[in-house]
Amino acid sequence: MQNAIPPLLQLRGISLRFGGVAALANISFDVQEHEVRAIIGPNGAGKSSMLNVINGIYCPQEGEIVFNGEKRTRMSTRMAAAAGFARTFQNIALFQGMTVLENVVAGRNLKFKASLLEQAVWFGRARREEAAQREKAEEVIEFMELERYRKKVVSQLPYGLQKRVELARALAAEPRILLLDEPMAGMNAEEKREMCRFILNSNRRDGTTIILIEHDMSVVMDISDRIVVLDYGRKIADGQPKCVRDNDEVIRAYLGRSERVG
Amino acid sequence: MFYRLSGQFRTSYYEDNRLIGEKLERTVFIATMLVASIAIPLVASPYLLSAVLIPFLIFSLAALGLNILTGFAGQVSFGSAAFMAIGAFASFNLLLRVPAIPSLLAFLLGGMCASAIGVLFGLPSLRIRGFYLAASTLATQFFIVWCLSKVGWFTNYAASGVITVQHVAPLGFALDNHVSKYLFVLVVVTTLTVVASNLMRSNIGRSWMSIRDMDVAAEVIGINPLYAKLTAFAVSAFYCGIAGALYSYAYVSTVEPDGFSLDLSFKILFMIIIGGLGSILGSFIGAAFIVLLPIWLNVFFSAMEHFSGLKAPSGITSNVELIIFGGIIIVFLVVEPHGLARLWQRAKEKLQIWPLSH
Repeated sequence: MQNAIPPLLQLRGISLRFGGVAALANISFDVQEHEVRAIIGPNGAGKSSMLNVINGIYCPQEGEIVFNGEKRTRMSTRMAAAAGFARTFQNIALFQGMTVLENVVAGRNLKFKASLLEQAVWFGRARREEAAQREKAEEVIEFMELERYRKKVVSQLPYGLQKRVELARALAAEPRILLLDEPMAGMNAEEKREMCRFILNSNRRDGTTIILIEHDMSVVMDISDRIVVLDYGRKIADGQPKCVRDNDEVIRAYLGRSERVG
Repeated sequence: MFYRLSGQFRTSYYEDNRLIGEKLERTVFIATMLVASIAIPLVASPYLLSAVLIPFLIFSLAALGLNILTGFAGQVSFGSAAFMAIGAFASFNLLLRVPAIPSLLAFLLGGMCASAIGVLFGLPSLRIRGFYLAASTLATQFFIVWCLSKVGWFTNYAASGVITVQHVAPLGFALDNHVSKYLFVLVVVTTLTVVASNLMRSNIGRSWMSIRDMDVAAEVIGINPLYAKLTAFAVSAFYCGIAGALYSYAYVSTVEPDGFSLDLSFKILFMIIIGGLGSILGSFIGAAFIVLLPIWLNVFFSAMEHFSGLKAPSGITSNVELIIFGGIIIVFLVVEPHGLARLWQRAKEKLQIWPLSH
């Protein structure tokens, strides 16, 4: 079928253990370029661990990751960032003492080339770079509709806005793959709608590939192209939203054991 | 009323990135610099220069150094006096042993020695943080002072361990009278303050602050914690080293290891806590506070003695000073961890909209 195009990211046989506890057991799935891929599952299923494996925070005991045709068994978080991974966290991980603008520009830190000395005297490359990167950062700020808050210190902003700033910081890096860990947790319906709009806009406009963990099923079913379902560290389903929705094992994992009369 | 931001438009990112963005603040800064560099040397008494302004500027520099490490990069340190000692002793030995070395170069190299040792003693910060890191910098402090007093070569085998410094004239300021001492210190401190402000509005400053605020997230966006932490140690120790050289050559005119004890480290730490962690202005406010407090207390006590006719027991002022310091530190940590600089920031925000309240 469409498997003629090799997937952008492939995970093969990933196993991750903490002591004797298996967080992930032999999980394989792939992510096509430009798609929105969701990972769902009940609490403790290993969804966040999966994201942490993908961008190098955890190193799996078994399995390999193939990104863009290159095979790696372990990759540091910084290598992941340089390769084009960006992410947001379940509990907001912003730089609380910095302004919105500083957070977003910090998201672009890998684009800065000036030496320490040039930065110290604010001369030449350092000065030019600062203005050029600022311009790029402003594009993201405009895209995320954060103009009013750009000079505000993050810790003074409400929760929903902080979530948005975190997405802005991730987008500022112009990532190839964006990992979103519950981007809509704790939001009201309106905020969720806005967040969906930002995520989909980024996917459609810039072609960003998105891997997303989310608990709100209606959101997941609406915006994702394909869904992986995890339960107790095992993969129990993988496929398009409608297939996943009708899958018996998924229903069992979410609703408990059901006796079907058949 | 006249403190208004309206009508000031910034039409390019270069303009928005300026060191001092607001018109009024720029004017105030230029006026302060004019007064400090022209009026003060003309009218100030030798006492004001040597006992107030020179130590204020030198301590401001040391506090700025510690603030870069602790306030901006979030690495707690009790070793600032040790780095001052390295700066002072390295400059002393360079001037003593390298013939015809320009004194400004000796000071710079002294700062760089402190910087190199700062990186070395900063290595533990890659594995430990917070309280434990603080304990390791405490070890740095004791080890360096011990080393400087036990190894005779550093003090040039002086019998008492106290050495009078050489007469030098960096940049043409002969450091043998108060006015030129003051002017030289002013030039150095101003330059390094501008440099620090530049670093804070650049990528490296943001890297430091992101490591301070959330190190996992910093790594995920591609910041190298090794580079960020070690540069913070290097730059901070450089500032402290230069402050140490100035302390010896432009303030006390001697070098002795015991002058750079843990007490001094704590004094500098108090400055940034009171002045404001993570604020350049705060370093200066804190230094001013700690330099001026004993002087005010002395004046206050002698006035009290004069009016009451009673004689305060000797040494009571220094003890009261300690009690007041302790009290103020506790108050600041509880009420305003961001120090006097934050109070000033708030006052500024209020003034800009005065007489309205929102």
